[in-house]
Amino acid sequence: MSILRSHLDYLESEAVMILREVAGQFERPALLFSGGKDSIAIVKLAEKAFRPAKFPFPLVHVDTGHNFDEVIKYRDAMVARIGEKLIVASVEDSIRRGTAAEEKGKFPSRNAIQAVTLLEAIAEHRFDCCIGGARRDEEKARAKERIFSVRDEFGGWDPKNQRPELWHLYNGAIHHGENVRVFPLSNWTELDVWLYLKRENVELPSIYFSHEREIIPYMGQIFPTSKFIAIDANDRLEKKRVRFRTVGDMTCTAAMESDAADVDAIIEEVMTTRSAERGARLDDKRSEAAMEERKKTGYF
Amino acid sequence: MDLMRVFTCGSVDDGKSTLIGRLLYDSKSIYREHLDHIEGKDRVGDGELNLALLTDGLKAEREQGITIDVAYKYFSTPVRKFIIADTPGHVQYTRNMVTGASLADTAIILIDARQGILEQTRRHSFISHLLRVPHLIVCVNKMDLVDFSEKRFAEIENDFAAMAKNLSFRRTTLIPISALKGDNIVNASASMPWYKGKPLLKVLEESEVLGKAAIGTRFTVQYVLRPQSTDLHDFRGFAGVLRSGELKTGDKIKISPSGNEATITALQYSAQKTDVITAGDSAVIELDRDIDISRGDIFTKAGESTKETSLIKAQLTHLDTQNLKLNYAYYLLCGSRKVKAMVKSVDAKLNLADLSFAPTDSSAVQLNEIAEVTIKTAAPVLFDHYADNWTTGAGVLIDSQTNMTAAAIMFIGAEN
Repeated sequence: MSILRSHLDYLESEAVMILREVAGQFERPALLFSGGKDSIAIVKLAEKAFRPAKFPFPLVHVDTGHNFDEVIKYRDAMVARIGEKLIVASVEDSIRRGTAAEEKGKFPSRNAIQAVTLLEAIAEHRFDCCIGGARRDEEKARAKERIFSVRDEFGGWDPKNQRPELWHLYNGAIHHGENVRVFPLSNWTELDVWLYLKRENVELPSIYFSHEREIIPYMGQIFPTSKFIAIDANDRLEKKRVRFRTVGDMTCTAAMESDAADVDAIIEEVMTTRSAERGARLDDKRSEAAMEERKKTGYF
Repeated sequence: MDLMRVFTCGSVDDGKSTLIGRLLYDSKSIYREHLDHIEGKDRVGDGELNLALLTDGLKAEREQGITIDVAYKYFSTPVRKFIIADTPGHVQYTRNMVTGASLADTAIILIDARQGILEQTRRHSFISHLLRVPHLIVCVNKMDLVDFSEKRFAEIENDFAAMAKNLSFRRTTLIPISALKGDNIVNASASMPWYKGKPLLKVLEESEVLGKAAIGTRFTVQYVLRPQSTDLHDFRGFAGVLRSGELKTGDKIKISPSGNEATITALQYSAQKTDVITAGDSAVIELDRDIDISRGDIFTKAGESTKETSLIKAQLTHLDTQNLKLNYAYYLLCGSRKVKAMVKSVDAKLNLADLSFAPTDSSAVQLNEIAEVTIKTAAPVLFDHYADNWTTGAGVLIDSQTNMTAAAIMFIGAEN
């Protein structure tokens, strides 16, 4: 009798294998946790990979200070529940130290400068590997990245000189000062992540589900109001039923009008939508190669 | 829903990226923003969308209009999820093609109907054969530029059959297409009624996923779980992947390289207890006795005949810009095992003209060359012929000084 496995089983086994390769190959790995659904899925996969033992790495949250309150609450409750170590690296601290400078403007984003804070955290804790939740289906530069992606000591990615990555063989050998970014969800799509979260009955931050919120229309999209953006007399604030499809900073993450109140409704929405997930991210819209340029300078 | 891993390759300007763009476009897997984006760009041909812009993700690729590195694309139909590796055509990026091909069940090779079979076609077909990709789909593209000629397609079909007669594909399918116009991609072409086969998407959706050969039972240990908590004080779980075969609670296993035997007392899959695990599963195995087992060890079923060797004959694809170095310190990474290794000799090199390996006097193996070599390892490794078991019969050489992944290795013989 042979056992039938579904595509989600395949993706789970692959991601678990990748996480265990990290545990086997690196001295001081870390799991970058943003509070978004992809990093929540990775925490679930880490439980699959390492229980009944503890994770062989801490969770690291690069806190921009522009987070949704709901996400921070979720983060703290989750860490308490799973009993793992959390390290918070703060963008505020980098700004205070003078190593990062705040953007100006109506929607001042801390998205780019969080790379500074991340590199500082990597140096301080001497991380040789950072696990992240990026998926290749998100963006065209990410579609090119290896599962084990080597970064130089400046955190830079060299897209023209990537190591060949064959079969399930992951070469994590690095020189002192370099580090490796590892992406266990490389082969997952947005829909796969939602199907998996449903299958595993994983709890999520409330902002993923439909709720009423004050929003401000900007550049054809609607953004949550917050103390971080400059609202002036011309802005027309409205209340709408919305949810967030992707979780970044409050300053750069657009909401979508939606009545999807549970995971099933979200899956239905993701299956029928013709809009890209990262279409809701203002930080990606700055130029055609916005993501590639940020990755070359140390961004995830 | 099951999963198929496909890779595409072909010569420069054969239209690979356009083909994938077309598959995504016609299967409605492209988001509105991405579509708006390419619809706003310069058109190609007589006003057709430049679908290649969907896969060429790097700035340098868009600037030069070529594919440099593998781009992974995903789409699903109601029955199957597809992972597509779009790999470069240029000869200097062959290593990236090998990367994209290594896990594929299905290869799509494009041929320009005007050009017929080129050196790159031979090279890509042979690499697909070398990697034992089971199903090869040959798309004869740009049929619109040869007036959808049945005769031209038949000529290429004959040439291809002659070239591929000694290659190991379990299934080959030839399809006349026009990626630019969408002929025989999702829907049957009205311009080629003489073609009686299925369009490409139907072939992809309806073909059984043929796996590469993986005989025997092989569990590779990646990591040892030791909670060391009060209630699980003595727990030792061997975390790894069952690469081939099936294992059940109560099975007796043999450990490579020590040769020790033990019995499985418990199995864990997806963080739950289970009685049986199958090929491809990430799992945790508990054993009935405390023996020395560490990362890189391989469990086989007791009673299966296995072989250990420290002198391996292998086919090698060179991936590094530095030439292959003889008697130099590499690491062989195989499964989760990493052992010091040296290339002792270059025994033969691939002659692309007749696709055969011939003895060579020159030991210089350059980037993208394919050779047969003899490798000595610092400790014995489990030997599987790549054609018998691709999961344990494959490895990479890692340069001990630069850390680069220098070569792809496929085991073909054990010398001792």
